Amino acid sequence: MDRRDFLKKTISGGIAAGSTLVFPKIDGLWADSRGDVKTDWDLVAVRGGEPGPMFDRAIASLGGMKSFVPKGSKVLVKPNIGWDVPPERAGNTHPALVGRIVEQSLSAGAEVVTVFDHTCDNWIRSYQNSGIEKAVKDAGGKIVSGDSEGYYQKVEIPMGKRLTRAKVHEAFLEADVFINVPVLKHHSSSMVTIGMKNLMGAVWDRWYWHRNDLHQCIADFASFRAPDLTVVDAYNVMTRNGPRGVSVNDVVSMKAMVLSRDFVAADAAAAKLFGTEPGDVRHISIASGMKLGNMNLQDLSINRIKL
Amino acid sequence: MKFRHLRHIRIWIAIIFFMLTAFLFLDFRGSGVRAVAGEVLFLQFVPSLVKFLDNAAAGAAGFIAVLVLTILFGRIYCSTVCPLGTLQDIISRFAPGGTLSPKKMPGNHVAPGGTLSPKKRPKNHGFSWSSLYRLSFCRFSSYRFFFLKPNNFLRYSILFVTALLFLTGSGLMLNLLDPFSSLGRILTNLVRPLVIAVNNLLVPGAEILGTHFLYLVRWPALFPISMAVSILTLILVGLLSARQGRLYCNTVCPVGTFLGLVSKLSIFRIRIDPRACMGCGLCEAVCKAGCIDPGKKSIDVSRCVGCFNCLAVCPAGQALEIENIWMAEKNGPGRGAGNKGVGRRGFIFGLAAGGAVMAAGGTLKTGEAVTAAGGAVKSGEAITAAGGAVKSGEAVTAAGGTLKTGEAITAAGGAIKSGEAITAGGFLKDVTVPQTRPTIIPETKTSPVSPPGSVSTARFSSTCTACQLCVSVCPSRVLVPGFLDYGISGIMQPRMDFRYGHCNYDCTDCLEICPSGAILPLSREEKQRVQVGVAKFILENCVVHTDNTNCGACSEHCPTKAVDMVPYLDMPDRKLMIPKMNPDICVGCGGCEYACPTKPFKAIYVDGNPVHRAVEKPVEKPVEKIIDVSEDFPF
Repeated sequence: MDRRDFLKKTISGGIAAGSTLVFPKIDGLWADSRGDVKTDWDLVAVRGGEPGPMFDRAIASLGGMKSFVPKGSKVLVKPNIGWDVPPERAGNTHPALVGRIVEQSLSAGAEVVTVFDHTCDNWIRSYQNSGIEKAVKDAGGKIVSGDSEGYYQKVEIPMGKRLTRAKVHEAFLEADVFINVPVLKHHSSSMVTIGMKNLMGAVWDRWYWHRNDLHQCIADFASFRAPDLTVVDAYNVMTRNGPRGVSVNDVVSMKAMVLSRDFVAADAAAAKLFGTEPGDVRHISIASGMKLGNMNLQDLSINRIKL
Repeated sequence: MKFRHLRHIRIWIAIIFFMLTAFLFLDFRGSGVRAVAGEVLFLQFVPSLVKFLDNAAAGAAGFIAVLVLTILFGRIYCSTVCPLGTLQDIISRFAPGGTLSPKKMPGNHVAPGGTLSPKKRPKNHGFSWSSLYRLSFCRFSSYRFFFLKPNNFLRYSILFVTALLFLTGSGLMLNLLDPFSSLGRILTNLVRPLVIAVNNLLVPGAEILGTHFLYLVRWPALFPISMAVSILTLILVGLLSARQGRLYCNTVCPVGTFLGLVSKLSIFRIRIDPRACMGCGLCEAVCKAGCIDPGKKSIDVSRCVGCFNCLAVCPAGQALEIENIWMAEKNGPGRGAGNKGVGRRGFIFGLAAGGAVMAAGGTLKTGEAVTAAGGAVKSGEAITAAGGAVKSGEAVTAAGGTLKTGEAITAAGGAIKSGEAITAGGFLKDVTVPQTRPTIIPETKTSPVSPPGSVSTARFSSTCTACQLCVSVCPSRVLVPGFLDYGISGIMQPRMDFRYGHCNYDCTDCLEICPSGAILPLSREEKQRVQVGVAKFILENCVVHTDNTNCGACSEHCPTKAVDMVPYLDMPDRKLMIPKMNPDICVGCGGCEYACPTKPFKAIYVDGNPVHRAVEKPVEKPVEKIIDVSEDFPF
């Protein structure tokens, strides 16, 4: 890909992303016209099912996948694949959930669904042992490497305070639709890791963030490109020793999931599930202060679904 | 039996061994060639010998198989199994001005009388610097190879010194000269980066064509000294082979010389039947070992690498034959007499050298620990001393740097305000982002870190032949080529370097593949109980301490939570946590050091254990009930 091609793609992607930011309810209104069911929830929380069925129910209540994925669009699904651990250790997003999102995106008419993460452990092992590589391929998606600096492009982060520029994966820049699929778990650095923290896997230099006020950098980068949809996997939740975990004893079965267009709201609700006040997680309160989203759950219309 | 076909069989076996060996080193995608690694590496002479001396097991008996083969058929190892030998054949085959294929040998160079015309025969005999010059810069258009006198002094001296050093626990010569390890370093340091570069160049094209089979691969870290040694080896081997086939194998290579001695006992060997020979000299011209003396019509069996080119080319067909020397000696002493004069002296010498190497097995077992431990202490001291020197130097620089840093901080402090003002005003140019200040306390590393399964740095150093296969296969890039990390005896042996990566907790790739047994094949569970080093924390360098911002990258990567985060300071808008070490469960994987973001010195680093220790299993308490797993939502 040459420079001009890249710029073209970045700009068109940016316009698509920008339009959904400016008119967040437009798809919801459109979906509304098809029936009486309310689909303009600010947030959907599901409990009690398997990852796939929980996602199906939750996305239906937001107007279905078609309200997020226009025909012929390029979709990026960004799970957490940070560690070389099996699914039961809950160090990575549940493969069944990632697979289902890829599947739904494709049946909604996506041209291509790309998945990647800049892993902490070796990427080939992490992709394999997390079960995500197989789930994505089985669902017809494309899983790409995040392990070479050549994939990362320099960008400016206009709203960033400490993080004003970063090298970002090209798949992140090229996507028309960006679906963030973090796993909820304990984290030694940031207390919990949910949606915004998961975006750290889209950049090349993580060391910089750790060196320069981690929480501020997490919030700064969240201002660069908001996900069109955040799906928090809280099926199995690592309650301590995060983010890698030491054994399955760190994990509890919660069988929950949170979906929202507002990534700050999604993080806030997931933090509550974890047993933490959103305001105590500094990057959530910074992001809320930067008006990137709403962490006050009482202001939001929440659809609570139990399976 | 048609002996002419032996050459083709030899070529195919050599190609298979060479390709598999090369794939083992170059397979950056993990495409599964390692499934046959055991079979490929089993017969490699030096790694197998070293492995056997360390632990006499059937799995390490490959070199015995080679010895048996050599006693039967001579040095066929050198023409089939040895990948450096095959590399030389390849270079020789494609060298400018050379036609190796016997089919292409022009018959019109055979003089009417059946002998080579005197003009065509070079007068060169034996190895000398002038001959090396001539070999390197003169072309022989018609005849590629010619008989060379053996350079017995050089080859036996090299073998003797190599064996002697090896006996005293030093791999100095063996590491540098073992053909398998030499080729391994060439592949690891030179070819692998090239292959990755080509792959990365092809990626954009492949993506335009719509295939995602290729992907960009991270550029491997380059190590100049290791590269330089590999380049020098390649130049030496390349020049000699381009001009005179297997001169390296018969002059420098200690394995070639040793197997040459053994092959003086060989039962089946190639012989010229003086009655049938027309003296055309074609066999001499295709003999890359230069061991066929057409004048005496004899073959120097100690230098014959068993390539069978001569058998394929002999026009008389019957003049060259494979003879059972034992049967021949029964029949009468006259037939094999050509070799005897040179042979006896060499044979006695060989017995002495061979016996010495064999005896090393016994001595090493008992002597190894003592000698090697002594070596380790010395090298340890050397390293500490060197480290001290560097550190004091660095401390000065760092101190010098702090003054500037102080200024930078003030400047940065000012920049925060101005930066914010500018952002608010909507102008994004010239925003100075405040940076954390450089750390000032250097890490104090007292010992190199040898890979898990190597038991101790001393044992590792005495059993590693520095082939660097572990460096090639390490998916985490934490194993890197070393130079003198383990002292001069451990030249070129790899070390773990956590600047480049961290050892993956569940990975056992290097343990499974090590051909010399320097890294023992522990199970995953056993490997996870080994402590190769211990993490040390420097509070004064930690960003939580210096900047009062959250970090915890070290604890994040820690697979056992030996590095845990504990409350440090409660500030109005943040609760700070700081790393706390539990050395009892630290495996020394270096995740903490790799992830630590501070510059130039890390706030946490792994210091190697000269002798690896066993670690305790992480304690698994029941989960704290902070999470509500009921069916209700907490919001």
